[in-house]
Amino acid sequence: MIDFLNSIIVLLNFIIIPGISYGSQLALGALGVTFVYAILRFANFAHGEIMSFGAMITILFTWFFQSQNISLGILPTALLALPIGIIATIILCIISDKFVFQYYRYQKSVPVVLAMVSIGVMFVINAIIRIIIGTETIKFSDGQKFIMKAKQFKLMTGLNEGLALKSSQVITILITILLLTFTFWFLQKTKTGKSMRAFSDNEDLALLSGINPDRVVFTTWIIVGVLACVAGTLYGLDKSYKPIIYLNLVLPIFASAIVGGIGSPFGAVVGGYVIAFSEIMVTYAYKKFFVYLLPSSIEPTGLVQLLSTDYKFAVSFSILVIVLLIRPSGIFKGRVL
Amino acid sequence: MKFERYEWVAITIMISLFIFVGFIQGWSVSLVILNMCIISAIMTMGVNISWGYAGVINFGVMGFLAMGGLAAVLVSYPPITESWQAGGRGLGISFALLIVLVIAVMYINKTVVQKKNRYILNSLIIFFGILIIRHFYLNATHNIEDVNPAIAGFLGGLGLPIIFSWIVGGLFAAGVAFVIGKVALGLRSDYLAIVTLGISEIVVSVLKHEEWLSRGVKNVIGLKRPVPYEIDLQNADWFINLITYLNSSKLNNIFDVSDRQQVLNNLIIDGSGIFVKLSYAILFLIVMLIIFYFANKAQLSPWGRMMRAIRDNETAANAMGKDVVKQHLIIFVIGAAIVGVAGAMLVTLDGLFTPSGYRPLRFTFIIWIMVIVGGSGNNLGAIFGGFVIWFSWIEAAPLTTFIINQLTVGLEPTNALKLHLLDSVPYFRYLFMGLILLLILRYRPKGIIPEKVRHS
Repeated sequence: MIDFLNSIIVLLNFIIIPGISYGSQLALGALGVTFVYAILRFANFAHGEIMSFGAMITILFTWFFQSQNISLGILPTALLALPIGIIATIILCIISDKFVFQYYRYQKSVPVVLAMVSIGVMFVINAIIRIIIGTETIKFSDGQKFIMKAKQFKLMTGLNEGLALKSSQVITILITILLLTFTFWFLQKTKTGKSMRAFSDNEDLALLSGINPDRVVFTTWIIVGVLACVAGTLYGLDKSYKPIIYLNLVLPIFASAIVGGIGSPFGAVVGGYVIAFSEIMVTYAYKKFFVYLLPSSIEPTGLVQLLSTDYKFAVSFSILVIVLLIRPSGIFKGRVL
Repeated sequence: MKFERYEWVAITIMISLFIFVGFIQGWSVSLVILNMCIISAIMTMGVNISWGYAGVINFGVMGFLAMGGLAAVLVSYPPITESWQAGGRGLGISFALLIVLVIAVMYINKTVVQKKNRYILNSLIIFFGILIIRHFYLNATHNIEDVNPAIAGFLGGLGLPIIFSWIVGGLFAAGVAFVIGKVALGLRSDYLAIVTLGISEIVVSVLKHEEWLSRGVKNVIGLKRPVPYEIDLQNADWFINLITYLNSSKLNNIFDVSDRQQVLNNLIIDGSGIFVKLSYAILFLIVMLIIFYFANKAQLSPWGRMMRAIRDNETAANAMGKDVVKQHLIIFVIGAAIVGVAGAMLVTLDGLFTPSGYRPLRFTFIIWIMVIVGGSGNNLGAIFGGFVIWFSWIEAAPLTTFIINQLTVGLEPTNALKLHLLDSVPYFRYLFMGLILLLILRYRPKGIIPEKVRHS
């Protein structure tokens, strides 16, 4: 029985908790991509850089608050700077829309052209970030690092295996729940949300019934800004902030959005968790888990690892390809918010 | 083929850029940039063929380049017999088993009619098949990677002249492109962009981590060159005579013998470097012109016309009896093959293969900027885009330093803002690239040298 509990703790510690927090970050990112795709109808390659930009502003203000000796006690100071980051990200989104995307929207350009344009935006934001903050790895989480340390847990329960709970993970999960609830409530219950759904479903009909497209687009960018900034900051808080990472993060985010069914927000969230869990589960070495569970005579000798951790990114893409082959519209048929 | 006047202007601009840099920064620098420009132009032509002719998007440039690079290693590196002895048999067995597995799956797909049974059988066979193959495969690769890991640890290549790899690289890339195309070409263009981007990541991560094949992150260095080495040139009589002859007027003015020898030695050292780069440039130029010639021929042929028809109206072309899926696959493979050739040339030029150096920003998106800026659907435009963008990518740094120094001329040299800006000079090139792309897409969406519209 103790062995069984130990094996469960191993799974919790190395797969489930990291999976949920990484999945939440992906889900928030994918939700942003989905909003752009459903309303503005293009694949936004700049989304990773928008996330990075939000995280950067948050970091800058975190440093400012730290220098002023303002803190949130046991919570990371970044939470205090997050609203400012969100506002800056929204402004960035709206500026890029006004100066870049709007023109092509009025021209009714094809989605590929808009995707190219978003690559241009990606380069520009990328450059701005690097010019402002450089390319170094930045750790900006402060406050209490752990809610529960592995050692404490061992003492508390008397088990062999420890269960560590980082505060950044808990914060990620709580904020994600909060934000997702709010987003879905907004889409389902408010008038603006309903008009957005109508717009994404059938643009012409929505225009005929008097929905102002500029207003819908404006609201979309606000939501995208909030989601992107929070996702970027949470990712940076959990791992560490590194500008290069966010370009690589775009790929799993796209994968999540497509796997879930691009255009469907619920699908994007589910897709985020699917991608995160498969990345972690396929590359985790299960040896410890089986050592606890199996009698010592048939214990595994190898690591019992399906793929080495080097293939983390490859996993998310293989899943994307498989899903596109078997069910091209994604898990939840998309296109409607 | 005949060039219009503005096309001659573009060609003149390209040539004068290098002459300008040659006089300002030296001929060696100019030739280094020129070589990369030619390779970029070939990559751009490859992308342009699939995107410009047929509207098939290919964001997998990085992966095809890496396959070309792998070809360069596998063709030119001398074979490592110990590695073959250590793991050759195991690898052979696992590949044979893999083929058996594929055949078994195909057989099941053909014979078992009921869908549910087919799925169950297939997944069982694949699962256990992979378990067995893994056993042989991991043993073999482990043994190979243990052979002298500091300098070997991989299978090596065939030991042939590296120039063959340019063709092999094209074939490798074409093979990968065929598989990708079979899987993904039915998708909508923006999905296809994401999928090809993702698959190219997978290709690169395989090259990065399968050490028995490509030495992975340990890199392969010291690939043999197709052109002479500087040190051999410096000792060759004909080369010394050539340099003496070329600089005879300058040398004759120096009467002191030791001085004269000194000057001559310096000239020979400089000259050997330039000679090597020039030989590369000539080789690359030949490849570029061959590809350019055939690409143009193809574009003007009935096949090229059909491609444009498919691009402009897929449904209509389909209704006229053109096999759109097949043609898309063909042009995707051809485009990828040309990119693969460029990839092999890139590794040839560097003389080393670094899988971790393949990053999408540098090897996929920049190439796409070249295509868009140059003008999709026009091969000369593609070459022009490759030249201009690579040129500005390199020259952005000196230019930025100059601009920042001019703008902050009133500030003290120790001013924090000035120092910070000068520190971040390398990142301004991304800003330039983004701005160039956005401006071109806005004000000249067909590119600098647009596709010629032919009325007949």
